Amino acid sequence: MRAVVIVYLVLLVAWPVALVGRHTFEDGFGQLQSVFDDPDTVHALRLTAQVAVISVVINTLFGVGISLLLVRYEFPGRRVLSPLIDLPLSVSPVVVGLALILVYNGRNGWFGPTLEDAGFQVIFATPGIVMATTFVALPLVVREVVPVLEEVGVEQEQAARSLGANAWQTFRRITLPSIRWAVAYGVVLSLARSLGEFGAVKVVSGNLLGKTRTATLVVEEKYLNFDRGGAYATAFLLALVSVACIVVVSVIRPKEARTK
Amino acid sequence: MLWFSLLVLIPLSAVVATAAEGGWSGFWRAVTNEQTAAAIRLTVGMALLATAINVVMGTLIAWVLVRDDFFGRRALEVLIDIPFALPTIVAGLVLLSLYGPDSPLGVDIAQTRSAVLLAFLFVTLPFVVRMVQPVLQELDPEVEEAAASLGASRLTTFRRIILPSLTPAIASGAALSFARGVSEYGSLVLLSGNLPFDTEVASVRILISIEGDNTPGAASTATVLLTISLITIVALDLVQRRVASRG
Repeated sequence: MRAVVIVYLVLLVAWPVALVGRHTFEDGFGQLQSVFDDPDTVHALRLTAQVAVISVVINTLFGVGISLLLVRYEFPGRRVLSPLIDLPLSVSPVVVGLALILVYNGRNGWFGPTLEDAGFQVIFATPGIVMATTFVALPLVVREVVPVLEEVGVEQEQAARSLGANAWQTFRRITLPSIRWAVAYGVVLSLARSLGEFGAVKVVSGNLLGKTRTATLVVEEKYLNFDRGGAYATAFLLALVSVACIVVVSVIRPKEARTK
Repeated sequence: MLWFSLLVLIPLSAVVATAAEGGWSGFWRAVTNEQTAAAIRLTVGMALLATAINVVMGTLIAWVLVRDDFFGRRALEVLIDIPFALPTIVAGLVLLSLYGPDSPLGVDIAQTRSAVLLAFLFVTLPFVVRMVQPVLQELDPEVEEAAASLGASRLTTFRRIILPSLTPAIASGAALSFARGVSEYGSLVLLSGNLPFDTEVASVRILISIEGDNTPGAASTATVLLTISLITIVALDLVQRRVASRG
């Protein structure tokens, strides 16, 4: 059984991923060098990093907020909200893009024209990319934090309250330390997901060279233009980051188990 | 809450609203359009197939990871998560490099239906494993030993003792991987070739509709996908609730 599993995983995951690494370094560091020499690609990489960081920050703040809301408060519609949070995970990225376009495009969207008059372009600009990325990575923090919050219970918070701590102090001293690892885990996962978002961004960004083209779009573009080396090199960079994220997560996990 | 509705609820309802604008007949015409229908059929069929494979392989992988101890087990753990974190377009490129035109294995399945299945398998790999693993970890080996000492064969032990406690986890893993499979897009762009009627999946169909400025058509197909994911999620929620109330 062990052999079956190992062969299956190697064929499906390990070998293909390793091949990308090999293709990248086929002729030394030339491929990677040329990626960093191309101003458009560098811009794309920088944009991707920016967007990912912004959306991770947004998702962390709102993820923790939503989790608190879901676990600690009773309100009408809570039953409905909780499965809805998972929706972005299973909705197709292309549908996400379409949805954002329908609402925020400048010509005939629901809010688009109003925002555009206010001088704020969403679709085919960075805010749109940020929104799309935030959308797809939304559930990750929430899904990590909610079970921990449920497990921790409210006794300690109540104790803190009764000792005269205000809401903010309770949160900072009691709640935050107990969900710290869950948040960290969620953040790393969202970072990986945000960096790699492709479908939604493709629809929303308009793919303007040197303006709204992100790293994943560069990979596709280069591959379709028969610049295999460039595509592999860019893909390698992205893969490197996501593998790093995974390794960080698997390092965090045992630590979390030990502190319990 | 307001943020959530601005970002998620309103855009998604806009999709449904746009689909409904053309009335029921417009929606129906868009969805039963031969090419679209073929794409949806292919997507759902392949996602089901991939889910079935995942249920078997995922459970097996989880079993090996939990019960077996061997050199490199930690490395396998990391491998499992890679498809989840890897950008989907990179996943497509990665698979193409091993199973594409210049494959070192001599297997060229690019632009065939097997490629669609392969991509689905890749991106949905972690779900069943990750759902089953913690449950299996908590399962008490003593119960199995008891069953074995009472004369149950290994198969009977597995079927009567282990499987029942794993079923909810497998079911939710399967639901997640089905939903993920149906919505997959990025990895297919390069791999499947998107031949109409043959390897074109629903998400690609939507994108082509958008680019062709056929927004109502895109919205209709999107609504079908949305409904599928919504049903999956509600089913998942129900399963989890049942388990919670039983425990």
